[in-house]
Amino acid sequence: MIAVLSRRVCGLLLTLLAVSLLIFVVMDVLPGDPAAVMLGTSAQPDTLAALRHAMGLDQPVMLRYGRWLGGMVTGDFGLSTTYGVPAADLLWQRVAVTVPLAVMAILLSVAIAVPLGVMAAARRGRAVDYLAAVFAQFSIAVPAFWVGLLLIILFATRLGWMPSGGFPGWSAGIMPALGALVLPSIALALPQAGVLTRVTRAAVLDVLDEDFVRTARAKGLSHGAVLWRHAVPNALIPVVTVLGLQFTFLIAGAVLIENIFRLPGLGQLAYQALARRDLIVMQDVVLFFAASVIVTNFLVDLSYLVLDPRLAGRAT
Amino acid sequence: MKTLLVIAGGRFRSATLGIILGITVVAAGSLPHPAEAAKTALVLGMNIEPAGLDPTVAAPVAVGQVTWQNIFEGLVTIDRGGRVVPQLAESWTIARDGLTYRFNLRQGVRFHDGEPFDAGTARFALDRARGAASVNPQKRFFAAIQSIETPDPATLVLHLSQPAGNLLYWLAWPAASMVGTRSADSDKTAPVGTGPFKFSSWTKGDRVELVRNPDYWNASLKVPLDHVTFRFIGDPQAEVAALRSGDVDAFPEFAAPELMGSFAGDPDLVTVIGNTELKVVAGVNNRRKPFNDKRVRQALMMAIDRPALITGAWSGYGTAIGSHYTPNDRGYLDLTGVLPYDPDKAKALLSEAGYPDGFSFTIKVPQMTYATRTAEVMQAMFAQIGVTMTIEPTEFPAKWVHDVFTEHDFDMTIVAHAEPMDIDIYARDPYYFGYRNPAFDALIRQIDETTDATAQDRIYGEAQKILASDVPALPLFVMPKLGVWQRKLQGLWPDEPIPSNVLADVNWQP
Amino acid sequence: MPRSAALSEPAAGRAADRAGHRAPASRVWLRHPPLALGALITVALAAIALLSLVWTPVSPARMQIAFRLQAPLARGLLGTDQFGRDVLSMLMAGAWNSLSIAASAVAIGTAIGTLAGVAGAARRGLIEAALMRGCDVLFAVPPILSAMMLDAFLGPGRRGAIVAIAVFMVPVFARVTGSAARQIWARDYILAARGAGKGATLITIEHVLPNIANPIIVQVAIQLGLAILTEAGLSFLGLGMPPPTPTWGRMLADAQTYLGVAPWLAIVPGCAIVVTVLGFNLLGDGLRDLLDPRAGGRRGLSLPALEPPQTPDRGAP
Repeated sequence: MIAVLSRRVCGLLLTLLAVSLLIFVVMDVLPGDPAAVMLGTSAQPDTLAALRHAMGLDQPVMLRYGRWLGGMVTGDFGLSTTYGVPAADLLWQRVAVTVPLAVMAILLSVAIAVPLGVMAAARRGRAVDYLAAVFAQFSIAVPAFWVGLLLIILFATRLGWMPSGGFPGWSAGIMPALGALVLPSIALALPQAGVLTRVTRAAVLDVLDEDFVRTARAKGLSHGAVLWRHAVPNALIPVVTVLGLQFTFLIAGAVLIENIFRLPGLGQLAYQALARRDLIVMQDVVLFFAASVIVTNFLVDLSYLVLDPRLAGRAT
Repeated sequence: MKTLLVIAGGRFRSATLGIILGITVVAAGSLPHPAEAAKTALVLGMNIEPAGLDPTVAAPVAVGQVTWQNIFEGLVTIDRGGRVVPQLAESWTIARDGLTYRFNLRQGVRFHDGEPFDAGTARFALDRARGAASVNPQKRFFAAIQSIETPDPATLVLHLSQPAGNLLYWLAWPAASMVGTRSADSDKTAPVGTGPFKFSSWTKGDRVELVRNPDYWNASLKVPLDHVTFRFIGDPQAEVAALRSGDVDAFPEFAAPELMGSFAGDPDLVTVIGNTELKVVAGVNNRRKPFNDKRVRQALMMAIDRPALITGAWSGYGTAIGSHYTPNDRGYLDLTGVLPYDPDKAKALLSEAGYPDGFSFTIKVPQMTYATRTAEVMQAMFAQIGVTMTIEPTEFPAKWVHDVFTEHDFDMTIVAHAEPMDIDIYARDPYYFGYRNPAFDALIRQIDETTDATAQDRIYGEAQKILASDVPALPLFVMPKLGVWQRKLQGLWPDEPIPSNVLADVNWQP
Repeated sequence: MPRSAALSEPAAGRAADRAGHRAPASRVWLRHPPLALGALITVALAAIALLSLVWTPVSPARMQIAFRLQAPLARGLLGTDQFGRDVLSMLMAGAWNSLSIAASAVAIGTAIGTLAGVAGAARRGLIEAALMRGCDVLFAVPPILSAMMLDAFLGPGRRGAIVAIAVFMVPVFARVTGSAARQIWARDYILAARGAGKGATLITIEHVLPNIANPIIVQVAIQLGLAILTEAGLSFLGLGMPPPTPTWGRMLADAQTYLGVAPWLAIVPGCAIVVTVLGFNLLGDGLRDLLDPRAGGRRGLSLPALEPPQTPDRGAP
């Protein structure tokens, strides 16, 4: 078990290293000179050279990569060339928007999907089941950014119940900040809710078929009791697993949603950093996303190992 | 924590004032909301967040739009009519040969951190802008300065190596702002200037906050606002919502002309259509065939129905131009009639140039709304004279600067030139147009050698005429300044002789 | 009761009553309404897309600025946009762009991903580890971000969009085929073939590929839907096909500021996207019920991108 674990951790680190190299190389070969972006169209060549020197861009590629990576290990994420402040500060400010948004979206999708999925499974083939099926199909097919647009039209422009976008900051108080995240999290949650509904229904049906449930039923337990005491808790394992995987997709999906609702989150930071060729910040954001995907996958893997030790033997 | 304190402070002050004024108002029995009568805070919306807050090290206009005249001041400045007027220099004399400028500096001016401003500081600021390590986006402005003398703390003398007729005008630009010796290095994140407002905080991605400078040197100017917030909202739909809900008091440069109509009839908001210096120009690569043939360029110009283009691309707001010059600029001539819309004549010109069946080319278009829409309309108009234009969206600024500006790898492009009075770009070599015309170059040299304004205006007229018939770039229209703000707000500039938001005398009417 | 009418049926252990592929064709459609509906939508859209190449009511690029922002039926069936272009014609031409880009991207993703998957399964060991690690690396960068970077590199356009979408399809297909192929390799008849001296390549072509075709086909349909969504997202951000080629995503992006005066500009392309993705998803679900009833299992997802990466098959012995 420990051997498997250490092998997995090594793999994880190796993947992270490969991703960091990939990102760095891609950003480095990207056309567009950060100095030219900063100094505009009237800048003279000597001014550009001076700025490139000040930015450290005149140093060899490998040295810059090494310095970036080395800094990362010691917690130094580099300096944003656009803002002139440590990239880590920017990153954490944005994480404080994107992660709560993703968490709210997850909670919301669970709140919709789990009851719906359980009901669909319990009343298989009846109206609820069909309704859930239609809901799932549609919510998966709807682009989240379009939902966002429609929500803005309805709740912000027409009814004026919600802000159409922007983020007041956590310093403005919990409620206004959460309020600004309501519509975006709905837009983000809807497609996920469709997926989760199907997973929940399938998982509950699977459990209902298993022996211990039949035994419980044979013992004379009521349908509801069997469902809630035995089937649902057991069915939650795959649901939670899928949730873990979805989290990373939510964070990535947030890029588009943040764009529509103008939330100063990681997605917007990436968008802006790319446009302004703020290389360090862009590398940091992409690596953050990648690391969160990789680590979550790792944890999910780990949970499989724990749940099903048989698999440990054939781990690759 | 700092942010919180500052906000609280601002609120507190306006609240006390509100109470005092409120009593009088209640006595007069006119206003139901006494607190509003004493409003001294302003939230101003901008489309783009500045990249740093030091206009002397970064080109994006948003930097100057937050800091210029609010935080930073110059030796001279530009007033709302576009004229150069004294600021930190009370007066100046220019030697007859145009090679020596002597400035008499204002006494008793201090930076926000307490550092006094004198000839030594001014010299430091200029040396920083023109020195070897300078990263000033307009370093060329200072190229003519050969040496700087400071005979006494109140006198600054510039010795030029050659006449520079526009030097005074350039010294008014954000890029020529006066910075302090102690604070210059940190101005990018925490700007320190001599202006009527002090920097308070910057929430990246969202807002910059300024507070009134209680020690402002110009005691005769009672700055009405004590707290200013610049909010950055990039989406027009959200800009509308923010204005309607009162989250933002003013959007001096509203981004979506198609939404201007939606403010009609709003009791609280006014719309103000002004002029800018943003010349939307379809730059042509004069080095390449067939654009090296003047007739081809003229044909393309005559294929464009400018009023229809302005309707399609910018909902009819904007002024058609016939050269690289705006109605704001001194010595402006309306030359839109030199090559008017005439598709038949355009076709004839193409045949004459050897392209009876038209030709194909690619336009590199920055991914900005105005550029994309304009290009789409032009595409349809060129198709009518048999010319096929392929649109290649080009990421702005990074890729665009690389392809068009540095590598000159383009046929045509489209961009709004933001710098005022920059007609001299057609004489620069290298420049992306690749336009060479000795007669035009001579005119631009003459402008530098002339210090007489009337004579300069006449030469600017000649230069405009050459561009209007030579069309090294297709002049299309001047972007309007679409201002939307609260009816009770007074003092914002309707026009924009230079990209800016000058707030010193902006005030709320009771 | 046609159970498959409800949610894509999680079939593990309950596949016996659904050997649909043995039934005559007409009964397949009746037994699988989602399949029928999905196929109908897909075929209709493909027909519209192809039709748009030769005929649209008006040329989709034709501007009539005098008739801008006309409501549906006031001018053309679906009105006009801010340049006075016919929305219906743009929608039709947009169908071609969406479908062709999605199809090309999925084709590339399928080809490379399948190759990587079967190669890994055939060789195991270091090659498999390297391939799977490569997939992890590709998979780790969220598609929109990698598309943004690719776009800055390749420039926007058909090629950029296709590559960007294909890049994140590759690991999906590599995993699906890899795990399916590994199961096949564990079968007895492969051992027999090996014993007969057949090489890995030959075994892969003769035995593995034919046996994993079904899950791949199912996957293709589902990934097409995802590709349509991604393409719409990319062109919404301005990273898709350049104008004047209409794309649904860009139509939506352009419509944003006209929401107040011309809401149909935002509603019509959105509906087109929903219907298209719905069609592919129904088709995928239906095909899964029909061809590959065991694939559903606990996962029961139609978004295979969510499948646990490098996770051994839960059903495998």
